[in-house]
Amino acid sequence: MGSSLIDGLFVFMLAGFIGFEVIRRVSPLLHTPLMSLTNALDAIAVVGAIVLVGEHKSNLSFILGVIAIVAATSNVVGGFLITDRMLKMFKSSRPTKP
Amino acid sequence: MTAEFAGNQQIIEILYLIASVLFILSLKWLSAPSTARHGVLAGEIGMVLAIVGTLLHHGIVDYKWIAIALVLGSGIGIPLGLVQMTAVPQRTALSHAFGALCVTLVGTSEFYLRTPNVPRFMMSVLCMEVILASLTFTGSLMAAGKLQEVLPQRPITYRGQNFVNLGVLAIAIVVAVYIVLHPEAKQLFPVLIVVPLIFGVLMIVPIGGADMPTVISLLNSYAGLSAAAMGFVLNSKLLIIAGALDGSSGFILSVIMSKAMNRSFTNVLFGAFGQVAATATGKAEERTVRSATAEEAAGILAAANRVVVVPGYGMAVAQAQHKVRELYDALTKKGVDVRFAIHPVAGRMPGHMNVLLAEADIPYDKLMEMDDINGDFPQTDVALVIGANDVTNPAARTDQSSPIFGMPILDVDKARTVMVIKRSMSPGFAGIDNPLYYLDRTLMLFGDAKAFVNSIVHELAGNSH
Repeated sequence: MGSSLIDGLFVFMLAGFIGFEVIRRVSPLLHTPLMSLTNALDAIAVVGAIVLVGEHKSNLSFILGVIAIVAATSNVVGGFLITDRMLKMFKSSRPTKP
Repeated sequence: MTAEFAGNQQIIEILYLIASVLFILSLKWLSAPSTARHGVLAGEIGMVLAIVGTLLHHGIVDYKWIAIALVLGSGIGIPLGLVQMTAVPQRTALSHAFGALCVTLVGTSEFYLRTPNVPRFMMSVLCMEVILASLTFTGSLMAAGKLQEVLPQRPITYRGQNFVNLGVLAIAIVVAVYIVLHPEAKQLFPVLIVVPLIFGVLMIVPIGGADMPTVISLLNSYAGLSAAAMGFVLNSKLLIIAGALDGSSGFILSVIMSKAMNRSFTNVLFGAFGQVAATATGKAEERTVRSATAEEAAGILAAANRVVVVPGYGMAVAQAQHKVRELYDALTKKGVDVRFAIHPVAGRMPGHMNVLLAEADIPYDKLMEMDDINGDFPQTDVALVIGANDVTNPAARTDQSSPIFGMPILDVDKARTVMVIKRSMSPGFAGIDNPLYYLDRTLMLFGDAKAFVNSIVHELAGNSH
């Protein structure tokens, strides 16, 4: 248990750095889609809720899990949908490269 | 059986690994508009792989309710993904609330399933997860309510507010420490949810509309961090990675936003928003302004070589972006060089103006960041301010007593002519007087942004015949 926590901290630290470097390069032009996209990715928390519901270890965890799946899935679907709609709108005045 | 079980576990882990790579690529591709849509696709594939992998999980016995919940969630998600672009800030706040709700509920379930057999470090992460997620839940709901204007937009402040807020948060932290030390004290756990829920409301009460970009970014960061904490509790590296990416994204955006408002980051972190309004009473002396009609404005614009449009929240409120596009077309046809100057905190969330103008089909290479365009204002014939106020206020450069002193602004006052479309002379959201309006080179165009731009477009069309 102890070592998996340390593993987790390593992963968190590395992912934090990657996130920092990658997101620093996102143009301010796309900050709104950035936020809706990270929000959709963050809804990966749905996997935790799926396990809770599937394992059905207690009625409480089952019910809370169902609500959690609904909440997170709405973020997954809505988040990707609106991000794509926004990105589709960004057009350049210069002709696109062939 | 055991071999099959171990095989499954390996497949799941590999799927999670691929999903993590796709998530990182997804954000990487978002760096430029040309590759950004690949980023969405990568994210979607990663998400599907992760969900499929989770369904292979050996302990899952009940698939029916998982399917029902996934369908229900999609049913809510689709309309939320199809909202109008002007409603994007409140949609974003609402989705932060949903994300935080999921994390709160999963955290609560894990607590009751595992306690009291939880190692101390794990328990402290679990408590942190639940506290952060609960306060993000109500905080985001409040923000969404203010943005949707179902709640009053004006900041509500009272004496000792920070003291009360920090006191409430302190209660939650003290109880969390107690639970970490005494994991058998199950009956105290609801405090860890209810108190941060209250704190989330109190935190947003003093926030005004102009502070929303910072607040939304901050809530974004909290949502990410709480999901990462959940990853620790569930021992899921995928979740830790996604949470860390979201957390750092929100963090970076909050730093950019607070810099653009000249607030220190600690000032933002401790929720001391909206204090500007309390001290903001400008000099009440009467000064004269010059106003102009749509006809005069159209004449000046048509004679110009270079025009810079400065959009603000007022443009979004008036839904004027499509009329602005018509103005852009009309002027471009006459050979006028038209560009747009976007202040980082213009609007109600990071990048708000860019999305609205892109929706109106204005090419993104005409949308300039503050630092790239500020040097061009002295060579600009006309700066046309539409519904922006504080971000153009020259008092931020010169007047040390101004509450926004030091805030980086768009130097529109250096343009040869400044035109400001505004409903009336009433001060803007922060209640700060704007000396820009009294300059000799400034013409005030009084009226609704959409209607006024429309009449300018009509005048321009009339002149060409």
